[in-house]
Amino acid sequence: MEIGLNHYLVLSTILFAIGLVGVMRRKNLLMLFFATEILLNSVNISFAAISHYYGDLTGQMLAFFVIAIAASEVAVGLGLLIVWHKKHNNIDLDSMSTMRG
Amino acid sequence: MFEAIAFYLFAFLTISMFYIAVTTSQALYALSSLAAGMIFISAFFFILGADFLGAVQIVVYSGAVMALYAFGMMFFDTTRDVKEKQGNKAIILGLSVISAALIVVIVSAPIIGSNIEALYPMTEGAGNVKEVGMVLFTKYLVPFEVAAVMLLVAMIAGIVLAGKKMDLSLTLMNEQEILKMREEDKNKKVLS
Repeated sequence: MEIGLNHYLVLSTILFAIGLVGVMRRKNLLMLFFATEILLNSVNISFAAISHYYGDLTGQMLAFFVIAIAASEVAVGLGLLIVWHKKHNNIDLDSMSTMRG
Repeated sequence: MFEAIAFYLFAFLTISMFYIAVTTSQALYALSSLAAGMIFISAFFFILGADFLGAVQIVVYSGAVMALYAFGMMFFDTTRDVKEKQGNKAIILGLSVISAALIVVIVSAPIIGSNIEALYPMTEGAGNVKEVGMVLFTKYLVPFEVAAVMLLVAMIAGIVLAGKKMDLSLTLMNEQEILKMREEDKNKKVLS
C-alpha cells in the first residue's frame, strides 16, 4: 500500500486537533506552551510532505523558519513566565485578569 | 512496503505521545512525552527525504527547546498536580466543528492543487543538504538574515527578563543579608 500526500495531511490534522484540545483544556501556562509546540510541529509535517510530493523546496524552507520562530517564542515566553512567577507565585491563566473591565 | 510500515508505526507513536502530553496531569510526564514525540516527528522528515530538516528538528526541539523547558520547570512548582479547566460545552462543540472542517479542506487540498508547478524545483544529483543550502542562500537570503536578527532579539529578551538579580549569589551571602533582601522585596511588592 502506497503512502500518499493525503496520509501525511490527515496525520497532520490529527496532531493539530490534539494540540487544539490541549490549548482549550490547559490552565497552567507551561502546559499551554507544550500544546502550542504540538501545533507548530503538526504544521511542519504537512510542509515537509507537500515539499516532497510536489518536488519543491519552498515547504522545507518555511518549516525552517517555523522552527526558528518557535525557538525564539519559547525563549521570550519562558522569560515572561519566570517574571510572572516571581511576582505572583503561580502561573495559572485565571490569575491573569488584571485587564478585565 | 517498508515506508508504509514506518509511517503507520511512527504515526501511532507520535499521536500517542502527544495525547499523553496533552492529557496528563503531571508536568514531568508531559515534558518527557513531548520530547519523545518531537524525536518521532523527525522520523517523518527522514522518510520524506528532508534529511537536514530532520536533523534540525532533533537538535533544536529535543536539544534546545526541551532543555529550556526543563530549566523553566525548575523555577515553577511542578510537583503538585496541574488543575484543569472545567469543560465548556460550546467551546468543545466549536472545536470539533473546526477540526471536521479542517479535515475536509485538507483532504480536498491536493485535488485543488493538482496543477501547481514547483517554484524552486529539486536539483538532480544534489543531496538534500546541498539543495537546501543553494535555495536558502539565494532565494531566501533576506528572510534568513531577518530570522537571525529575531533570534538575537529573543536571546537579549530572555536574558533581560529572566536575569534579574542574577548578580546576587545566595550561597555566598550570610543569613542576615538574605533576610534583609527578602524584607525589602516584600516592601516593594506592597508598594507596587
